[in-house]
Amino acid sequence: MERTLESIRQDFDRDLANAASSADYEQLKVAYLGKKGRVTELFKELKNVEPSQKKEAGQLINTLRAEVEEKLAAGAEKCRQAEEERLVNEAEAYDFTRPAEAEQGSLHPITLVQREVEEIFASMGFTIEDYLEVVDEYKNFESLNIPKHHPARDMQDTYYLDNGQLLKSHTSAAQNAIMRKYGAPLRAIFPGRCFRNEATDASHENTFFQMEGIMIDTDISISNLIYFMKTMLSEVFHREVKVRLRPGFFPFVEPGFELDISCLICGGDGCPTCKQSGWLELCPCGMIHPNVLTAGGIDPEKYTGFAFGLGLTRLAMMKYGIKDIRTLNSGNLKALSQFTAR
Amino acid sequence: MLISMNWIQDFVDLSGLDLDQLIQHFTLSTAEVEEVFHKGRDIEKVVAGKILSVDKHPNSKKLHLLKVDTGSGVVDCVCGAPNVREGMLVPFACAGGRVCAGEIGKATVAGYPSEGMCCSESELGISADHSGLMELPEDTVPGTDIKKLYAIEDTVFEVDNKSLTNRPDLWGHYGIAREFAALAGRPLRPMDTADSSRWDALPAVSIDIEDKELAYRYTGLRVDNVTVKHSPVNMRIRLFYCGSRGINLLTDLTNYLMLEMGQPMHAFDARRVSKVEVRRFPKSFTFRTLDGVDREIDENTLMICSGGEPVAIAGVMGGEGSMTMDDTTSLLLESANFDGVSVRKTSTRLGLRTDASIRYEKILDPEMTPDAIRRYVKLLEDIDAGARVVSRLSDVKVRGFNEVTLAFDQAFVDRYTGIAISGDEIEHTLTALGFGVQRDGDRFTVEVPSWRRTKDVTIKADIIEEITRIYGYDNFEIKTTKSPLRPVLATAGRVADTKTKDLLADKFAMHEVHSYLWCDAAKFKEIGIPVEDNVQLANTMSPDHKVLRNSLIPTLLVMAAENKSFSDHYGIFEIARVIEGRRTDGTCDEHKKLGLVLYSRVVGEKELFFEMKKRLCTLASVIKDRPLEFVRTEQPAHSWQHPRNTAVIRLNGEDIGFMSVVHPNVKNRIDKKAALLCAEWDMEAFSRCPAAEPRYVDPSRYPGIDVDLTFQVERGVPYADLEKLLRQEDSELLKSHRLTDVYSEEDGRDSVTLRLEFSSQEKTLAREEVQPVVDRMVDRFEQQGFLLKR
Repeated sequence: MERTLESIRQDFDRDLANAASSADYEQLKVAYLGKKGRVTELFKELKNVEPSQKKEAGQLINTLRAEVEEKLAAGAEKCRQAEEERLVNEAEAYDFTRPAEAEQGSLHPITLVQREVEEIFASMGFTIEDYLEVVDEYKNFESLNIPKHHPARDMQDTYYLDNGQLLKSHTSAAQNAIMRKYGAPLRAIFPGRCFRNEATDASHENTFFQMEGIMIDTDISISNLIYFMKTMLSEVFHREVKVRLRPGFFPFVEPGFELDISCLICGGDGCPTCKQSGWLELCPCGMIHPNVLTAGGIDPEKYTGFAFGLGLTRLAMMKYGIKDIRTLNSGNLKALSQFTAR
Repeated sequence: MLISMNWIQDFVDLSGLDLDQLIQHFTLSTAEVEEVFHKGRDIEKVVAGKILSVDKHPNSKKLHLLKVDTGSGVVDCVCGAPNVREGMLVPFACAGGRVCAGEIGKATVAGYPSEGMCCSESELGISADHSGLMELPEDTVPGTDIKKLYAIEDTVFEVDNKSLTNRPDLWGHYGIAREFAALAGRPLRPMDTADSSRWDALPAVSIDIEDKELAYRYTGLRVDNVTVKHSPVNMRIRLFYCGSRGINLLTDLTNYLMLEMGQPMHAFDARRVSKVEVRRFPKSFTFRTLDGVDREIDENTLMICSGGEPVAIAGVMGGEGSMTMDDTTSLLLESANFDGVSVRKTSTRLGLRTDASIRYEKILDPEMTPDAIRRYVKLLEDIDAGARVVSRLSDVKVRGFNEVTLAFDQAFVDRYTGIAISGDEIEHTLTALGFGVQRDGDRFTVEVPSWRRTKDVTIKADIIEEITRIYGYDNFEIKTTKSPLRPVLATAGRVADTKTKDLLADKFAMHEVHSYLWCDAAKFKEIGIPVEDNVQLANTMSPDHKVLRNSLIPTLLVMAAENKSFSDHYGIFEIARVIEGRRTDGTCDEHKKLGLVLYSRVVGEKELFFEMKKRLCTLASVIKDRPLEFVRTEQPAHSWQHPRNTAVIRLNGEDIGFMSVVHPNVKNRIDKKAALLCAEWDMEAFSRCPAAEPRYVDPSRYPGIDVDLTFQVERGVPYADLEKLLRQEDSELLKSHRLTDVYSEEDGRDSVTLRLEFSSQEKTLAREEVQPVVDRMVDRFEQQGFLLKR
């Protein structure tokens, strides 16, 4: 028995030394440890061994089996490693520098700017509203304290339709509906597309976007108006901006203001963009006219409020350096597809 | 409008103050200043020079050789002015001095030395006249600095006219001076006028206001014996600095008055106009205005007439035949007030905006017409002592504006401003601006002056502006509100828009575009799309852009045609509004739509068709967690839709839009080799549909069984027919089914492979357990003629 064991061990060691691939090891495993393998066969022969020596013989066979298993495992492991190493070494080195194009669409620059401003106002508790583009004279003018013979109502500025309606000439046209919908107190912004009947060129469009905002409560003051405009504009431009108010006349506010911000190009020192003044005229605003509150069903003796109109189109042009306003409605994808940033 | 600070200082003493800073202050408190000009600063070392001798230049016909006494010596000068003569006194720019054109040096002109220059008015920047040398009075002492003789130095600024729209009182220097007085805290001097009571005994000018609707007031005066023809130099300089052209004394004075008080005036030659009627005419006729242009006068135009003869268009411009001439010595002065809207409409209709009409349309104070005449006479008498007023001040007032008294308290001001402006400051500011203020503790009663109540100041909120603008917005403390913050959720519409745009751009690499609300008839025609009947713009300038669009798709197809060079495979989309005709009440049926167009030369039409469907289904699935239903329609609404391949899109039982292959008629005009797909749906209907809630089912812990069945199906049978059969099975074990493959056989049929997915919550299923279901399914299909491929 012992001799048999020894000869099997020697055979195995010899075979093992010749094994090169994982298939060889698999074969060896079958030959020695398989159902009819030589080590397995040894167990079958145990029945012929004398009972007194059975225990010892069994231990010897077990030892041999453990030895074979271990050597096979170690060999197989070495072989696997060698093979993996070969795979690594033979692998093609890919070119990381070869360009890979991002699969990406684009959003319109107005959408991008609009979202940015909307987020700022949403975070300050403002409702965002959508409104019609076709309105009537009441919404666009009368409810905004613009009387019948006001020059703003002249045919040349406003697009009238053959059914007597008109295309809204400013987002303020939504004020009345939104006041009526929510009542006071109220914080709302309403972006929208507006229309003016004028010839187009690089800096004039008949179709453009504005964003109107209103805030109404029992004690809204001019001081609050300045605060909100300064906070909002600092967020929009990602920097602390200085603002100043000048008197400005708009029938739907009293007092009305033109709001200037410190020039974004020169920071207020004076440059060609700001015509050396250090200031850029940015948005009209003011305290909502009592007649407008009344028309909106809000008691002007109890409530005050401010309103402002932001030119989204102008903001987008300033932000992205778009020089020709007509680009925005051109559908030219060579221009518009560049606006991938979120 | 141009404002002269010299002129302003006739009415308010600003000595010791920095004028530039004050003007900056004016921008922040009153109206926008566009530009500041420092007049006369570039004029240096220009003195009165006496021309002692004039000799002909031997080599030039035009040039002369002069000896000029500059007060500090006699110098040589070569001069080319035509009006030069011996003994003349002229402005002389000494060597080393400056005029508008630049520095004057010693030079040699055409071979002769010249140590300075004799100047025209234009070279001094005080008029446009460069026809000859400016002539100084004979008694001028040579060597006197020209700036001491005349008010050449001035600070002039230009105010943005638009920012004065609501301030009729600021259309003259006196009103602006009132602002400066308030800003500087200095008193405003009263206007120096002639005392009209001394003419009370004189006969009246006949003034007949027939049209009491459009004429508010007409004040007239007759003056005779005017002999001075030219305006004094300083007056001409002011007029020139303020953009007015000097003509003759009488006309210059009306312009001066208008620039000073904001009251337009007209001087008629009394030989032509001795009485006045104000009226409209029932029939239109032609009238020649003083600029020599024939103009059509219609029945809405208010006219000034004299003895029935039209002599001026009220508030706009005088007539050619009745204006003052060089030989006029006798004049009829008009100082009137007309309806602002009527003047604006007339001037718009005639295309004739004048300094007068611009002012009238702001709605001027009718109370100032007599004062303007008194002031005119005062100025005229100062210049021409011989002028004689020969009528009394004749004044017909049809109407004025009601007195406005406003009452408010300190708390009202505090609430509006959010800061504390003291009662004293309020009182002081309003008084300085001409308001009558009565104060009783915290309560104010304010009377609005006539020049502010024509439209500008009528309610309490208007008073807030007066107080705060003079207080200065830069001085405001900036504070947030005390209003409580409430959570605000985005509306369903906003969520749907945002998610739709993000999905299309981010997941499907599509590009968002914006387009116009109207059809572009020319561009539509190029790609074979007719403009469909719809609501139209009534007043557009371009006839091609008249009709409003009823769908986004035609415009998106135009853009697809224009972007062929961008890429051979791309998609564009827009969320925007369209007008789907008129509602029963005639108003526009406006809807917000999503429009999509896919263009490809890379994949075929069929592949693009399913790509479009996938994108639409993804939108509905991601945003609403709902499937879409597509129902083929035999009669598409638009000619650009494919008659065979157009379907209605249904979401949760509601028709929300359509998907179409683009009609070859249009597609081939855009690109014969490309495939074009389009789809559009109503974003309002889409966002209105509630999102389904996820219905959770525990996943089975046991492996399931998939069974693939392939049936032979005649081509053209819609998948929906197979789906119907699949749905008839109600075994709980059949969890789902799907289409895995469609293979077109050569025999004209399709081999359609369906996968049935079985599983159980209780155990691992054996094939035998699902076989009865499979058998039933096969039976069902074969009964309909769809044979199982074995």
